[in-house]
Amino acid sequence: MRQKAIERIEKRHVRKDIPVLKPGDTVRVHSRIIEGDKERIQVFEGVVLRINGGSHRATFTVRKVSYGIGVERIFPLHSPRIHKVEVMRSGRVRRARLYYLRDRTGKAARLRATAVGDRTRAEVEEEELGAEQIPEEPKDAAETEAGKG
Amino acid sequence: MKKGLIGRKVGMTQVFAEDGTRIPVTVIEAAPNIVVSLRTNEKDGYAAVQLGFGEAKEKHLGKPRLGHLKKAGVDMVRHLREIRLSENELEGVEVGARVGVDIFEPGMKVDATATTKGKGFQGVMKRHGMRGMRATHGTHESRRNPGSIGMCATPGRTLKNKRLPGHMGCRRVTTQNLKVVEVDPENNTLLIKGTIPGSRGSLVLIRSAVKAQVKKAA
Repeated sequence: MRQKAIERIEKRHVRKDIPVLKPGDTVRVHSRIIEGDKERIQVFEGVVLRINGGSHRATFTVRKVSYGIGVERIFPLHSPRIHKVEVMRSGRVRRARLYYLRDRTGKAARLRATAVGDRTRAEVEEEELGAEQIPEEPKDAAETEAGKG
Repeated sequence: MKKGLIGRKVGMTQVFAEDGTRIPVTVIEAAPNIVVSLRTNEKDGYAAVQLGFGEAKEKHLGKPRLGHLKKAGVDMVRHLREIRLSENELEGVEVGARVGVDIFEPGMKVDATATTKGKGFQGVMKRHGMRGMRATHGTHESRRNPGSIGMCATPGRTLKNKRLPGHMGCRRVTTQNLKVVEVDPENNTLLIKGTIPGSRGSLVLIRSAVKAQVKKAA
């Protein structure tokens, strides 16, 4: 009962037009900046270090090196201030929090690329729904999905 | 016009405002309240409406309550609360009427009254925010103590109302001037900015703010 009411409220705030991000993705975050009564869009490009939290509360940390200085920004994933997020590259990583990248520079900080996972939440949900409807070979569907990411 | 409603605290979450700021909100669920009876100046010496909330089975209510509800001819309700109004605000209010969350609108200021979570017997640091003793410099077995609780032979006793350890929480508290963020009559929910006393599932009385800020002319 209680969970339902809260879930309903939170669900409304989840943005389905934003790609499902993974640590290791190189992304371009277009965020709306409001200055006085003017609005402009600022782009921040870097590697996703981590995804924190779930539901509409989720945030993600993007790291880039700007003029030799490491800069990290934390964005609320479902904030209306985020205009759009482009996934440029996806990297093959073996952990969920890529803090080790902070200690590396230049060539050492590279990530091996995998196929770009830039499907939006809406697309993923649609696919999951489709997989549920076909009870045969549900495992295969899961495997191909994992392979894509 | 003063307004009031009985509801239940569902829990807390956050919502995004249009400009992207996150607002912490408490979710209140309030199925329509029923006006059970009216208090009038002539009869009772004050003016108020008595609201009923929460479905109940007849077998769960005592006889005095049953008689009261049956006289009013309304559904069985578990909780009754009175909302004080002024005499002329009683006009047009009828016994049996339903009062829903739609009496509030986003942006309004409200007060929330509820029973706080019980904390049991607590010391002065938690209960009154005292600072305790220092951690080093020879302090012996008295790090969370209140220190001196009075003077010497004059007055020779501890003053009344001296803040000391004791039972904390589980008392009626009103948080004032909370902003209504959202009203959802379809699902009978209210979103109110900030924290509200009580645990999840506890009964909350929401009333229009008594100290609503009025902008002063400069």
